Amino acid sequence: MKTILSEQQMALSIQRLAHQMLENNKDMANTVIIGLQPRGIFLSDRIVAALKEIVPSHPFHYGKLDITFYRDDVRKTLHIANETDIPFSIEGKSVILVDDVLYTGRTIRAALDALLDFGRPSKVSLCVLIDRRFSRELPIQPDYAGKAIDTIFTDKVKVNWKEKDEKDEVVLV
Amino acid sequence: MKLSTKHLLGIKDLHKEDIQLILSTAGQFKEVLQRPVKKVPSLRDVTIVNLFYENSTRTRMSFELAERRLSADVLNFTASSSSAAKGETLLDTVNNILSMKVDLVVMRHSASGAPHFLAKHIPAAIVNAGDGINEHPTQALLDAFSMQEKTGRIEGLKVAIIGDIMHSRVALSNMYLLKKMGAEIMVVGPPTLIPKYLEEALGVRVTYNVQEALQWCDVANVLRIQLERQNQPLFSSLREYNLAYGIKQKMLDKLNKEIVIMHPGPINRGVELDSDVADGSHSIILNQVENGVAVRMAALYLLAGRSDEN
Repeated sequence: MKTILSEQQMALSIQRLAHQMLENNKDMANTVIIGLQPRGIFLSDRIVAALKEIVPSHPFHYGKLDITFYRDDVRKTLHIANETDIPFSIEGKSVILVDDVLYTGRTIRAALDALLDFGRPSKVSLCVLIDRRFSRELPIQPDYAGKAIDTIFTDKVKVNWKEKDEKDEVVLV
Repeated sequence: MKLSTKHLLGIKDLHKEDIQLILSTAGQFKEVLQRPVKKVPSLRDVTIVNLFYENSTRTRMSFELAERRLSADVLNFTASSSSAAKGETLLDTVNNILSMKVDLVVMRHSASGAPHFLAKHIPAAIVNAGDGINEHPTQALLDAFSMQEKTGRIEGLKVAIIGDIMHSRVALSNMYLLKKMGAEIMVVGPPTLIPKYLEEALGVRVTYNVQEALQWCDVANVLRIQLERQNQPLFSSLREYNLAYGIKQKMLDKLNKEIVIMHPGPINRGVELDSDVADGSHSIILNQVENGVAVRMAALYLLAGRSDEN
């Protein structure tokens, strides 16, 4: 097992991602952050908390999206659905999708389909903590990445979160 | 996690975990149904046939809508307008349909056990949409979903099932489900419409007094009087049934609490349920219909998702 990001590095990366979002989105009132269920939520929670700390006066629209019913492997493995909670319109908004690891890109493909069923955003961008570049099966790239790593398909990247796994860290298993 | 059964033939075969999984998945589908686009692509490579050997409006439309909302391809079959009327056997009909590459069969039949028979002879997964006087599992699931949604729980809930217990598949499926989920059950009806030894067989309470049951329960599930399943008169007249067992607003006013009124439809207004009760604030009858689509989506999704294994 090899550590890719320590607790401290993870905190710094999340801070940086929050700053980059503010930098790239002048009009944060028109920007919404949507975390992907189940494990992208841990990252999006942290990013939203960081954003609120940097600009406390700003209201952030924050939702959670479950993509289970949009997966392309329903007949292979059955996935259990999680809660979707998007209590606002995404019509004309700039949406930032947040997930923990970007690997083949299939989850994001499903997320785009799911998202577009809620309306027509003016723009969709992607934020991930770990970008497993060179492993893509679809033409999807992140706009914000905590760390890009080179892995082969037999590697398994695990992002651990204090809330669930007792410790913040990213490891290569 | 997945369902422990390949088919949904009855609540009797399900484990408590299966029921919980269907109900929680139904909750996610209910959210999908509130979206601007109320459709997901989950089952776009699945073909489903609705095989209805018995009349139905609600169940059939609800299944069809659930299937379409899941992006499945849907075939409809009605016995009265098909080769069944020319004397084709059930198994022949189904095998002919399956040779057109159908993955799932939703079936309603007037003979109890018809879907169980099919399950033994065909490879496709089967969903029972009501078989004779045996079971109607998706109705019990949507009833449970509606109870949970309205009262926040099923375990410990006191449910009165009122009416024609003998001929009602809804009653039997409801009793199996509520027992498995830890609710308390009381059945009420004329002695001629309650099977003997029901207390001993299923562990439910039996009473012949409606007011007593209403006072006891949190939820009253009122059943339709099924005139089509009665070969002999088991009560003297509909008017007398209404006088003794019909639910009237003044009965609810007498209670020192609020109870929830449910009915699987279609209602015989003025027989088992008076109009002011059916349309009143206690009634969640239309919510049941709404929830039916989400619950059926959940059942179909969970069954189709596991059908390629084994």
